[in-house]
Amino acid sequence: MAEQMTVKPAATGTTDAAVLGYRRSPAHHLAELMAAASGEQVRLREVPFLTQITIRATAPEAVEAVGNALGVTMPSAVGEVAQGEFGEGGSGSSGSSGSSGSSVSVVWLSPDEWLAVLGDEADTGVSIAAVVESLSVALGERRGQVVDVSSNRTTLELSGSKARAVLDKTIELDLHPREFPVGRAVSTQMESVAVILWRSADDTWLLMPRASFAEHVVGWLADGMREFS
Amino acid sequence: MTQHQNHHGGRLERGGRLDRDQPIGFTIDGTALTGYAGDTLASALVANGRLRVGDSIYLRRPRGVLSAGVEEPNAFVRVNGEHNESMLPATTLELRDGLDVTLLDGIGVLDDRPDRNEYDKMHVHADVAVIGSGPAGLAAAKEAASGGARVVLFEQDFELGGSLLSDPTITVADQGALDYVASVRAELEAAPEVTVLTRTCVFGSYDNNFLVALEKRDDVASAEGGVSRQRLWHVTAGQVVLAVGAFERPIVFSDNDVPGVMLASAVKTYVERWAALPGRDVVLFTTNDSAYETARCLTKAGATVTVIDARPEVKAATSAQEGARRAGLTVRTASAVVGIEGSEGVTGAFVASIDDAGQLAGDAELIACDLVAVSGGWTPNVSLHSQRQGQLAWDDVLSGFVPSAGVKNQFVVGAGNGTYDTDDCLIEGARAGRGAAAAAGFPASSSADGGDAVAESAEVWRARQHRAAGTVRPLWAVPAPDGSLDTHFVDPHRDNTAADVLRATGAGMRSVEHVKRYTSISTGIDQGKIGGVNTIGLLTQLLSGNDTKAIPSGQPGQDAADAVELTASGQPARRPTPGTIGTTTFRAPFTPVAFTALAGRGRGALFDAARTSPAHSWHVEHGARFEDVGQWKRPWFYPQEGEDMDAAVARECRAAREGVAFMDATTLGKIEIRGADAPEFLNRMYTNPFLKLPVGKGRYGVMCTVSGMVFDDGVTLRLADDRFFMTTTTGGAAKVLDWLEEWSQTEWPELDVTLSSVTEQWSTVAVVGPRSREVIAKLAPDLDVSKEGFGFMEFRETTLASGIDARVCRITFSGELAYEINVPRWYGLKVWEDVAAAGEEFDITPYGTETMHVLRAEKAFPIVGQETDGTVTPHDLGMDWVVSKTKEFIGKRSFSRAAFTEPGRKQLVSVLPLDHTLRLPEGAQLVEPDALGDYTGEGLPTAPIAMVGFVTSSYHSQALGRSFALALVKDGPTRVGQTLLASFGGKFAEVEVREPVLYDKEGARRDG
Amino acid sequence: MMVIPCPFCGPRNETEYTYGGQAHVAYPENPDALTDEQWAQFLFYRDNPRGSYAERWQHSAGCRKWFNAVRNTHTYEITHVYRLDQARPDGLPKAPLATKEVGA
Repeated sequence: MAEQMTVKPAATGTTDAAVLGYRRSPAHHLAELMAAASGEQVRLREVPFLTQITIRATAPEAVEAVGNALGVTMPSAVGEVAQGEFGEGGSGSSGSSGSSGSSVSVVWLSPDEWLAVLGDEADTGVSIAAVVESLSVALGERRGQVVDVSSNRTTLELSGSKARAVLDKTIELDLHPREFPVGRAVSTQMESVAVILWRSADDTWLLMPRASFAEHVVGWLADGMREFS
Repeated sequence: MTQHQNHHGGRLERGGRLDRDQPIGFTIDGTALTGYAGDTLASALVANGRLRVGDSIYLRRPRGVLSAGVEEPNAFVRVNGEHNESMLPATTLELRDGLDVTLLDGIGVLDDRPDRNEYDKMHVHADVAVIGSGPAGLAAAKEAASGGARVVLFEQDFELGGSLLSDPTITVADQGALDYVASVRAELEAAPEVTVLTRTCVFGSYDNNFLVALEKRDDVASAEGGVSRQRLWHVTAGQVVLAVGAFERPIVFSDNDVPGVMLASAVKTYVERWAALPGRDVVLFTTNDSAYETARCLTKAGATVTVIDARPEVKAATSAQEGARRAGLTVRTASAVVGIEGSEGVTGAFVASIDDAGQLAGDAELIACDLVAVSGGWTPNVSLHSQRQGQLAWDDVLSGFVPSAGVKNQFVVGAGNGTYDTDDCLIEGARAGRGAAAAAGFPASSSADGGDAVAESAEVWRARQHRAAGTVRPLWAVPAPDGSLDTHFVDPHRDNTAADVLRATGAGMRSVEHVKRYTSISTGIDQGKIGGVNTIGLLTQLLSGNDTKAIPSGQPGQDAADAVELTASGQPARRPTPGTIGTTTFRAPFTPVAFTALAGRGRGALFDAARTSPAHSWHVEHGARFEDVGQWKRPWFYPQEGEDMDAAVARECRAAREGVAFMDATTLGKIEIRGADAPEFLNRMYTNPFLKLPVGKGRYGVMCTVSGMVFDDGVTLRLADDRFFMTTTTGGAAKVLDWLEEWSQTEWPELDVTLSSVTEQWSTVAVVGPRSREVIAKLAPDLDVSKEGFGFMEFRETTLASGIDARVCRITFSGELAYEINVPRWYGLKVWEDVAAAGEEFDITPYGTETMHVLRAEKAFPIVGQETDGTVTPHDLGMDWVVSKTKEFIGKRSFSRAAFTEPGRKQLVSVLPLDHTLRLPEGAQLVEPDALGDYTGEGLPTAPIAMVGFVTSSYHSQALGRSFALALVKDGPTRVGQTLLASFGGKFAEVEVREPVLYDKEGARRDG
Repeated sequence: MMVIPCPFCGPRNETEYTYGGQAHVAYPENPDALTDEQWAQFLFYRDNPRGSYAERWQHSAGCRKWFNAVRNTHTYEITHVYRLDQARPDGLPKAPLATKEVGA
């Protein structure tokens, strides 16, 4: 019986545009709420459908191999994020029509865990399956894991001069630029909800909660924003 | 309460920190009065000649404003509004237009109307937190900020300045006191990294310099909302400077609670800060020099002052006594106020001489007056220091407990450290500010000479403090001419007197902690700020005469001067001193905090995270009622028009057993596992074997704790030789991942296994029922769904008709033919809708958790956490088949312990009420049928009735046409066929014990 | 608020961590070789000193890694943290007292 068993391998081609059209992001239905809560001083929106891949690796050569596959040097300490270009032509390629490539950020999550974040495959033409395939090949038989977690979290972007004040109402970490400079990302919690918190610019913060918490996190942030609306 | 008013001094024509162009109208007990911007409610009352406040809590004695700060034990009001707020001290309540208050008699009532005000929290990190903005705090903040450190300055008052607000005429750093405050404030506010928080009281101090403070923001809170009325600050500070001042002590004498008896420092504050004169004819009763400042400012304000000084004549020409005499005051030394004339208000003070032992040394003389200002000495405010287990020592010269050993990364400065001279406060504060900044890595840039050269040692500094403090003669209780102690109030809020303390020692109490609890002293709203040290002093007096045994200590205290002396037998005997008695324990909060402030924004919908699945909007649109499962909102049942829960569940059950139904199973925990040793790892974690699970198949497994108790269960799929996909219970997702990680990391790091949570990556739809195959065939046209082509506990990767890639499993939690469709979560809504559409022709029915429970209970599938409670083994659940007898796994060793094999364990059975319509409450106890004797259910039985088990799940079964229940019953399997009694809510019902599985025992329905 | 320095993520509030009880209590090599009493010792008995105590923590809201910490149970001061693959600092009790010898 076992030999009858075939488990269909993951497709690596580009996902059909119609299929991509069926996606609903976790905060899709909260867009109006977020727009209403946003104002001059602080704004909230969802950045949907980012490709997110969990990478686990322990051996240095395995870490290097997955880094090479992504076109980055894998970050090695808490808070670090590596930036690179994934896809055709590696770091030199730009997104000209027809080619597929995406900028990639790799967030350090633990000594043997990273999160690779790429653009929405509908925009980049880089399919999730292709990234998973490329990284799985790079990891090979070595200890570790490559797992598609694109649907697992969503990304919320809080920006504006009062963005940090809104976060300070709820995040226990020190968000002062001395301690949390631009480009830093860490896992922490927000009112007991696990989030990755990522400062992408002076006044721009990304929060990545797991999908089922999107409604709560948006509600909580929007409530904290009312003071500045 | 009486409407009697005392007409005391009133508002002075000049002076005070008031905006006299901004009168403020307010109402107290229905009477309209006026104050000014800058007033507190208490200062406005004093300015209106009203010292009388509510009555005392138990004895209903008239009371008056005693203090000018947070220690106030008498002047409490309710602020009336949409939501009344009670027990606010008038002494800290900022006057605002339209304020409507009611005086309280020492107790308030919570308003049961909702509080619609907003509250929130803020987290702040500081290099240096400075608490208190008197001279020491300001000096510390100024220095600490000068090197660029992040400094937060906390001041509970609405103005910076602390004691300087009451000393506006003195010179500080070559400026007027208030100019100094303004200049430091300007400097701090100009520094980009400094935050100045007024109206903010630090009420708790915890490990690692974690401080909690409450900011009152009525001045900024807006009616439109969004801006909180109170804000809780969570502060993480590298260094803390405590500059929290000291409290003046009242003196314990007869009738010392009559309105018009007021702390001397409070009198000065009302006069100097608020230009409010509490009395015109004043008797000032003091044990120390500090009150002479009050005498001076009263005289300047036009009042007459007679000083009653407990101390003997101090001969030096420079003494405060001599100074007062030169200024024309009458000063009586070695004297005390021994009683008060008047009850609604002071009309006179009885004064008598006292001898060296504090006993009366002559007849009392009545001095007419309308105010008695008292100063029993000073108590450094050590609450925040002591909350961190900072040590205290009794200092006899200062007559107070002072911090003796510092808390790591903290500095105590100013009056809170026993430093009472303003210039010394500046020196000590600046030094701490520089020390804190340097320790935090931002050395002060200031080159100001803060007197670092002075006081190289603690001893030298202490001597300097002693010189500044002068002589203090504490009077712990002044004898009354009639010998009574019944109106010598020690703790006015609790209405406790010296007589109560005497009763406590008479009953054998020695420890201050015992006395506190015996009398209730220090348990009131001021938490001992007024009466704590006086109680301790009184204890020394009461215990010293007849008891040379060791005195049990409270909070470890120690004596600065050793009090050991020798008894006649040569043994050292300790005479009680305040130091040996020690203090009671200081705990947060330093001042009262409303629960709403602690709750912050976490109320209503934001109380807890509500997790939702991608199809949540569909469930809402289709009328689902929801059940909380952990943090998840899961559809409970989907009532149609006119249906109650029972009818809806019956219909949903019928659909699943007879046609087709579908359920949102997204909430199940999911873990992806990879590694060459993954099979071995699972084999150790699950009680049943996993080494040989073929790729493409799944297996149900049970996990136990090391002690052999069921921990979680679920189905695990083998995706590849080295890859598995584990599902856990909804509630167990996080704990199972943690459990696996713990074993992987801590016990078996050598195993090549890696774990990742993918709970939220996948959305799962369960399609259940005899016609589910037809629905799946439509949804997944590429799939061979035949019984032969897609066996039970197998799974397939396929592309659905929509083009979405899916993993379809044949798993059942109902006993029916069933499938689970897993897709990446963002396709979850689409696939759910597609299932609904594909099933429409089969009348597919959505069902919720209640129907799921009924269906699984009919099959006796246990639910971890419902049939189990941490004391239940797989064997107890009748699942011996899931426990391997050969391999090693977590929990195995425990199964061979005697307790696991002895009779008497509770085991899973079903129980059928003889009344088919009776649904037993879950938790109902089961007893032997003859266990009741003559007990009828009324009251308690004469002897305990032994329980043999209890109901874990109970439902109405559509399939069986009757009610049924699962239960854990002692030796359950041996009782099958027996009748037991179920006991619930004083009622009893006969039930028959059956084998667990009640429906489709053969499992014939699984394959459709 | 205890601030615990995760060896991988640095200092974080205690609310980000899960407590794991006494450290260096290894799972027995061969549980079947133990008497019931010895097995109960392993399961249920732990030291409870006043002072230094080696214990396990997991940074559950961060890197999810387990590590060991030496905490003073009186002052709550954490004097050492070390990874699972690092040796226990000198000067601490060499073996958990409770699990040393059964019946000794």
